[in-house]
Amino acid sequence: MGAGHAHVLYRDRTSPVHRLPPEVKIAAMVAFTIAVVATPREAFWAFGGYAVLVVLVAAVARVGLRWLATRSLIELPFVLFAFALPFLGSGERITWLGLELSVDGLYGGWNILAKGTLGVLASLLLAGTTTMRDLLLGLDRLHCPQILTQIATFMLRYLDVLIGEARRMRVARISRGDDPRFLWQLRGFAAGLGALFLRAFERGERVYLAMVSRGYQGRMPEAWRDAGAATARHWLVAATVPLAATGIAAAALVLG
Amino acid sequence: METLAMHISNGIINGPVAAAFAALALVALALCVARGRQDLDDRLAPMAGLVAAFIFAVQMLNFPIFTGAVSGHLLGGALAAVLVGPWVGALCVAVVLIVQSLIFGDGGVAMLGLNITNMAILGTAVAYLLIALLLRILPRTVNGLAITAFVASVVSVLVASQGFVLQYWLGGTTDVGSSLGGLAGTMAGVHLLIGIGEGLITATTVVTVAKVRPDLVYALRSLRPIPAANPAPVGGGAR
Repeated sequence: MGAGHAHVLYRDRTSPVHRLPPEVKIAAMVAFTIAVVATPREAFWAFGGYAVLVVLVAAVARVGLRWLATRSLIELPFVLFAFALPFLGSGERITWLGLELSVDGLYGGWNILAKGTLGVLASLLLAGTTTMRDLLLGLDRLHCPQILTQIATFMLRYLDVLIGEARRMRVARISRGDDPRFLWQLRGFAAGLGALFLRAFERGERVYLAMVSRGYQGRMPEAWRDAGAATARHWLVAATVPLAATGIAAAALVLG
Repeated sequence: METLAMHISNGIINGPVAAAFAALALVALALCVARGRQDLDDRLAPMAGLVAAFIFAVQMLNFPIFTGAVSGHLLGGALAAVLVGPWVGALCVAVVLIVQSLIFGDGGVAMLGLNITNMAILGTAVAYLLIALLLRILPRTVNGLAITAFVASVVSVLVASQGFVLQYWLGGTTDVGSSLGGLAGTMAGVHLLIGIGEGLITATTVVTVAKVRPDLVYALRSLRPIPAANPAPVGGGAR
């Protein structure tokens, strides 16, 4: 198969976390996130505990904290809602620096911010240590329906096709006297959108038929699936993080 | 003005409601997988991949809406419904959401059920119902198809955004009290604009594809008599 299709978020290193089979990493990441979300929002210390876990995993995975912090900014548009809640929320209010804030809203904002950030950090750790190919392999081994992994495989492969075609069309426009600047290039781009889709499809269809003629049957090659599948030891190693998180969540629920 | 995004991140909706919608999404997706398998042939498989890639790319563009603070992005449910049908279409959008949540942290993993229900299931289902209806009512012309794609996009985006309002009403972690009506209004207003943008993009794309390769448009398949011997087109084509 072609290149490993490493994505922009992948950090090419060797570390114990990189070497773990993808399926255990996916499972650990999902379990960790669920534990975080289930934690009551008043238990501030629990979120500190989760942050420590994230830092520990990042250290083992040799993923820089600065990289994590910069990349986690992508969640900003999604959590801005959190900053509005103190003003929108109802119930008891407190005054802080002359602002009337709702206590419930403050807790709500904190809740979204803390859980959202921890979730993003967990997925960044997964993305930073797992290639696209491995990610799909992991989903396949976790018995994700074949049709879904098939669509996902093509989606990732065609993303490059789509970007490549868009670049070629842009060069073609420029070489014919178009002068793309800031917003004005939108018109040319929008007019060419349908053509872009068709061109990418026809290229993608050729890719697909080439794959079919070489024996592709809608699944990953057997050799990939069997080599390096997770053993009990892998599962145990990866389970430490979500188990610690579950412990923290349980303690937070009991202690209130 | 707050920024509202269709991707619900962790902690916005409480656990029980998220779990209930996760179960709902799982059942709906299982149905789509069962029905989609029959649809997915050699022509639809690459199309499904491309539609998913297109939606993935397009969801990365956030629409800055003129007032500044409000932004949103395209959903793509209508495009998927026209080109690959409701079952595979919903799966395409779901795949985009799953990959985004796993590696980009776009929309929390724990909220995946809510996001899939809104954007993949609701958005695609509403779009396909409208498409099936409008294609029978409107004249069978290029304009008819364009209007169909446009209307389906606008309505599906609006419905998906109201899905979020419903979920927030059921299990929002913060009680916004009387502001809920305001939330619904803001979401509807913002997503009307997004829907218009999405409608234009969907209509342009679908019309171009329908003109050159009508065999690729799923929604048109059942409407025209398909000749008995219709060999699957081999790659290459016009370009």
